[in-house]
Amino acid sequence: MSDLTEQLQAQVQHALQARTPLVIQGGGSKSFYGNACEGSVLSVREHRGIVEYEPEELVITARAGTSLMEIETTLARHGQMLLFEPPHFGETATLGGAIACGFSGPRRPFAGSARDFVLGCKILTGKGEVIEFGGRVIKNVAGYDVPRLMAGALGTLGVILEVSLKVLPSPEAEVTLAMPAHINEAIDIMNARAGQPLPLSAAVYDGEAVVMRLSGAVQGVSAARKKIAGDELKQGPAFWQQIKEQRHFFFDDDIPLWRLSLAPATLHLGLPGSWLFDWGGALRWLKTDATPHDVRDAVAAEGGHATLFKYKEYWEQREPYCVFHPLPPALMAIHQKLKTAFDPEKILNRHRLYEDKF
Amino acid sequence: MNDQNKKQLLINKLQGWLADSAILSSEEELRPYECDGLSAYRELPLLVVLPETIEQVQAIIRLCASLEIPVVARGAGTGLSGGALPLSNGVLLSLAKFNRILDIDQLNRTARVQPGVRNLAISEAAAPYGLYYAPDPSSQIACSIGGNVAENSGGVHCLKYGLTVHNVQQLKVVTIGGDVLTIGGSGFDSAGYDLLALMCGSEGMLVVIVEITVKLLPKPEYAQLVMAAFDDVAKAGQAVGGIIAAGIVPAGLEMMDNPAIRASEAFVNAGYPTSAAAILLCELDGARAEVQQQIQKVQELLRHSGATSLRVSSNDAERELLWKGRKAAFPAVGRLAPDYYCMDGTIPRHQLPYVLQRISELSGEFRLQVANVFHAGDGNLHPLILYDANKEGELQKVEQLGGKILELCVEAGGTITGEHGVGVEKINQMCVQFSPLALRQFHAVKQVFDEKQLLNPGKAVPTLHRCAELGAMHVHGGKLPFPELERF
Ligand SMILES: Cc1cc2nc3c(=O)[nH]c(=O)nc-3n(C[C@H](O)[C@H](O)[C@H](O)COP(=O)(O)OP(=O)(O)OC[C@H]3O[C@@H](n4cnc5c(N)ncnc54)[C@H](O)[C@@H]3O)c2cc1C
Repeated sequence: MSDLTEQLQAQVQHALQARTPLVIQGGGSKSFYGNACEGSVLSVREHRGIVEYEPEELVITARAGTSLMEIETTLARHGQMLLFEPPHFGETATLGGAIACGFSGPRRPFAGSARDFVLGCKILTGKGEVIEFGGRVIKNVAGYDVPRLMAGALGTLGVILEVSLKVLPSPEAEVTLAMPAHINEAIDIMNARAGQPLPLSAAVYDGEAVVMRLSGAVQGVSAARKKIAGDELKQGPAFWQQIKEQRHFFFDDDIPLWRLSLAPATLHLGLPGSWLFDWGGALRWLKTDATPHDVRDAVAAEGGHATLFKYKEYWEQREPYCVFHPLPPALMAIHQKLKTAFDPEKILNRHRLYEDKF
Repeated sequence: MNDQNKKQLLINKLQGWLADSAILSSEEELRPYECDGLSAYRELPLLVVLPETIEQVQAIIRLCASLEIPVVARGAGTGLSGGALPLSNGVLLSLAKFNRILDIDQLNRTARVQPGVRNLAISEAAAPYGLYYAPDPSSQIACSIGGNVAENSGGVHCLKYGLTVHNVQQLKVVTIGGDVLTIGGSGFDSAGYDLLALMCGSEGMLVVIVEITVKLLPKPEYAQLVMAAFDDVAKAGQAVGGIIAAGIVPAGLEMMDNPAIRASEAFVNAGYPTSAAAILLCELDGARAEVQQQIQKVQELLRHSGATSLRVSSNDAERELLWKGRKAAFPAVGRLAPDYYCMDGTIPRHQLPYVLQRISELSGEFRLQVANVFHAGDGNLHPLILYDANKEGELQKVEQLGGKILELCVEAGGTITGEHGVGVEKINQMCVQFSPLALRQFHAVKQVFDEKQLLNPGKAVPTLHRCAELGAMHVHGGKLPFPELERF
């Protein structure tokens, strides 16, 4: 439990004067993600501690360096959880990193994403200013929604110092059902189910079966259980943990791993490689040697976007800064101006999101 | 060029692309647009334009930008913070003609609609597919989805199903430069910054929204409502905490105090207990067996918290009747006095007894009656101040009381607006809630989209100068913080 705001601020102010870039680091568990960025390390890890948690208010506020594990354990003691099920990708995962990356686990299509649960934050901008936005209450529309803008911005708009999140009760019961299916039917099955009033909380196709999770009150889950075909998977919790943390055998290779974000019912794309569908089809993992150009063309034709998530060295050597889907020029211009508004000297995580101006 | 010349020039140019009926310029034509739902503030715009295509919107905005004429977007004008209040030197851009539902995608569970479509119309169009649009402001029969996005509106079902920001997937917007941008993706996220979140609740200050893709949800199989009466407001407040602590997330959890109960009952005859100090309305939805189980549990909890009577809806008609009283609370309270003023603070729920006590003291001090309606599940309080605008000086008194209530919400750890937006109404209290640095950063965000301050200028974010004049800025050690800041 320690508040390092002043030290961190001094470090940023120093970097600002010297115009030297900083690489923001929490637990380092997600340092694989994004474009390579250079600079000296600004460690937020020791800026830690839960600042406020009143279970009945459904809000938790904690410093960015607080470990995700600590947060989840604390919530669990009160029967609550982070409904967006943030992937940790390592034991050192921190709250700040989870929000900066904006990752959400399998519950996302049914419960919401990391940004959906962000209520407020304290940030340290690239101007060296410590500013609080949003609040610690569930509903708040005063001022532009800067807190949610921080989610997924990869620290390029500010060092996240503190975050307030909405939390919710954990479901009373959960059941996981698996039904063998061909890849061409999987999308249909998942989306047809998602259109029905069922307490779904996850839907994945792992290459062999459609696996769905039902969550809620005991009666609700057992009533829904009867309406869906499929065998109960006893190791359900372990399965979802593997999917969320990418420890499922699908993720074992070191072939470039792509994250495709698409409308959930988009027909199976004809790209070569192997697939795992999460988020009921809205998130598709693809292991492929196809070129970034080919992957992005196919995805963009469906209005989606593609991120080169892992095992990206091969492409990075050939096409630097190719991790994120390129933006149309008008949107890129807005991104650059926003970056300038928060970090005029571009000292925070330079290049991590996009090249040059970032 | 003075405003009258600009007006004539505008009309001449606009006639090139718009039908005469889509350009309103005489006083009688402008009058209906002089205010939104906050009728205490009125202003006639230079002109009202009613485009019906995106190209027309682009052309209008480009023209206004080239003449440096401000543009205020307007949906249905039900806003309660003066967000759509016209500017006397500006054009009011009505999106009323953008009223088409473009596509319902059953499998992807989305609806693509124009901004002028009424909130309820989306659920009506989705109903044949067993789907609906979840956020349900009480104004849903009238308010537009564009206005909902611009205000990030909530409704009585937001605790479980989220606010507008949680239910919007993609936007098409027109920038002040006249460009059309697509924000958000066909999936659940998009590359780069989360501009979609930034657009929600931006009160027409950053862009004009011309198309919206919203998320649709399967209609729950079954819903049931419990109404509980209490002889003490604090007990009702504690009951809310008790339900949530028990791990139950109701679809809706609303509270009304005695003046609100009596007004609503007289208006809709829902069968509310008019002698109760407060009632709670708690709706549960899901599978029938699940709802029935939870209704039992909730009843026990309510009894345990000291409810003096309980009523459980026995069918949908009864459930809807019980909601009707709540949803009609504003107009109902409006019948008690010639005018009412609706506040919109959010507080941490455990502060409810304290805040209600303070409000009742303030109400006494100002000699103005206050009725309270409360989205209890998410802590969003709507004190309704009753008054008579024709009485000399009464509106000023109301505004003072309102300001005090908002400051009370901030003091209690909450915020000055949970869902109605800042608009012109709460602009002074922004100085209390936010530090000068935060306000300056908001201005910087505005600059990113609208350098010349032409989109709904002067709303939502006060200038630092204004805050300094109000003396409302937090002053440490007798020094104004950051004296070097430019004063917008
Ligand atoms: C009786 C009553 C009950 C209400 N209940 C609720 C409630 O339960 N929950 C709640 O949240 N609100 C409620 N409201 C407030 C109001 O209905 C909402 O704020 C609503 O979203 C406003 O929609 P509108 O179409 O009327 O917008 P308007 O009032 O026309 O405009 C609101 C703001 O949005 C901007 N805007 C509108 N359209 C666009 C666009 N296309 N592009 C960019 N900017 C735009 C305007 O400039 C303005 O700043 C209630 C109002 C009334 C009168």
